[in-house]
Amino acid sequence: MQVLTEEVKAQLREILALMEKEVHLALFTKSGECPTCEETIAMLDDLKDVNPKILVHHYDLEENQQEASDWGVKLAPSIVVLNDQKEYLGIKFNGIPAGHEINSFIKTLLEVSGSGTELPLDTKERLEALTVPINIKVFVTLGCPHCPGAVEKAHKLALSSTHISSEMIEAQTFSDLSNEYSVSSVPKIVINDQYEFVGDQPLEVFLEEIEKISMPS
Amino acid sequence: MSLTFELNLSDNLKPDAASSSFSELQDVTIIGAGPAGLSAAIYAQRKGLKTLVVGSRIGGQVLDTSAIENYPGFSSISGEGLVQQFQNHIKSLQVTVEQLEVAEISTRDHTKILHLTDGREIRSKTIIIASGSHHRQLGVPGEGRLKGRGVVYCAICDGPFFQDRRVMVAGGGNAAVEAVIDLAKIAKEVIIVHRSQLRADDILIKRMQQLENVEIYLETTIEEILGDTMLEGIRVLKRDTGEEMIIQGDGLFIEIGYQPNTTIFQNTLNMNEKGEIIVDSLLQTSISGIFAAGDVAESLYKQVVISAGDGAKAALAANDYINHLQIRKEHENASTDGRGQSTIA
Ligand SMILES: Cc1cc2nc3c(=O)[nH]c(=O)nc-3n(C[C@H](O)[C@H](O)[C@H](O)COP(=O)(O)OP(=O)(O)OC[C@H]3O[C@@H](n4cnc5c(N)ncnc54)[C@H](O)[C@@H]3O)c2cc1C
Repeated sequence: MQVLTEEVKAQLREILALMEKEVHLALFTKSGECPTCEETIAMLDDLKDVNPKILVHHYDLEENQQEASDWGVKLAPSIVVLNDQKEYLGIKFNGIPAGHEINSFIKTLLEVSGSGTELPLDTKERLEALTVPINIKVFVTLGCPHCPGAVEKAHKLALSSTHISSEMIEAQTFSDLSNEYSVSSVPKIVINDQYEFVGDQPLEVFLEEIEKISMPS
Repeated sequence: MSLTFELNLSDNLKPDAASSSFSELQDVTIIGAGPAGLSAAIYAQRKGLKTLVVGSRIGGQVLDTSAIENYPGFSSISGEGLVQQFQNHIKSLQVTVEQLEVAEISTRDHTKILHLTDGREIRSKTIIIASGSHHRQLGVPGEGRLKGRGVVYCAICDGPFFQDRRVMVAGGGNAAVEAVIDLAKIAKEVIIVHRSQLRADDILIKRMQQLENVEIYLETTIEEILGDTMLEGIRVLKRDTGEEMIIQGDGLFIEIGYQPNTTIFQNTLNMNEKGEIIVDSLLQTSISGIFAAGDVAESLYKQVVISAGDGAKAALAANDYINHLQIRKEHENASTDGRGQSTIA
């Protein structure tokens, strides 16, 4: 099965030419019912063709429990983005990053490969002050043009701080989870299952919500 | 789930690949990459001006639209599809597009300065502001509390959550009626509520009226949004009879028009009471050399084709401004030379 059209592949080839280092993608699927698993496998297969710096490893959520627990994987399909040393950076995509979400996925690949942008100095300082683990969940739908912006910010924060992990969750594939978090509008951002906000808000809003946990007033 | 891939990244994601934009003086810097900004870029680049586009979301609000049926040349095209066409055009002209956000603008003599949120600065002879607009809020009790809990602002984003549910749409323009038509395919029932008469295009209204699962309330104002932690309904006032009633539903899509993205220019440029930038017939703002085009500029009508037209006009006006600046500078130089000579003599 091919899911990326030749046209999209050609565009991706151009954009991903900027990749500096290799990026490893750990793809978790499971046997039995697994909506969009097949499509996600096909998508990553297509991506391998686009740039040989993208290396894909297949795991099974039930059989590879060690890796799943190391990287905090609980859903399938799930893509964990690892650096060239195969180190876990705290970022994953739960559900297929298709539709608009391809944009955040590609940007994340570039960031992890070493051709990303720098955060402003004062943001870095605020992140260095963090002491507790922070988990950011970003619920998205594939038809949502604002969502990639929120996913990019969350992932960028996770890449910039060892205390932060961040995950995209495709709300339709994981509808039980989105019901549990009362998601009716995306992007919805949930921090440590405690604080939440809606919309692709400025980085400042992400930081303020994170600091609510880190420095309770 | 039908799979598509809506790629819209700039080809210029790597910051140092375009570092010249940050050191060299630009002729035209365009804030915004929607129809107004991209059209301005096409005209400026073709005039041979050193052109840079700085826009946070390439495509702008066109991406929020499911279908566009009133842009010449396309009887019907998806928002995504039209953005792709714009991008192909921009790319063929090799315009530099930076996916960055502007925090503020200022002026130093004749030079305009853009301050980016990442702390960097861009210097330019002219600026075209095409930062567009965003959805307006209803401003009734309950809206803040239930935002994202049934109160939503993007039909193509959040429609899927309301499969087989009962949803309401507030508004009476094209965006509202389009939302009703799209939602009617997903939801069990759609109720449109508008405070006056519909002002959407006749062709859309007719399409909506043919749908069996749509109910229409006109001359009806929404007074309050009800529900504790999730939206349960709305309290409305029927303006003709003065009767109050409660409409129950699971979601409320608010499509009541737009608010210009101009807070960052508040301290620099003159604006009207709606927050739109005031411009003259050449789209020049209260500072010469700074132009505004599209949804941000003072105008009653907000459409893709109008924004694109504005963008073209602003780019041509910026080109004229630069030419005059050049002549003025030569003139100033000549007159100082002249003075120099006369003191010697
Ligand atoms: C749901 C919906 C349906 C619509 N349907 C139609 C239709 O069928 N036909 C039609 O003609 N029109 C339609 N419109 C209206 C049309 O989309 C707008 O009039 C048009 O997009 C405005 O273009 P613009 O370039 O002026 O601004 P926008 O499209 O709003 O673009 C603004 C640009 O500025 C950028 N920006 C904003 N602030 C900053 C900043 N600080 N720094 C950097 N960049 C910034 C944004 O990221 C974006 O790139 C619809 C709108 C909506 C929301």
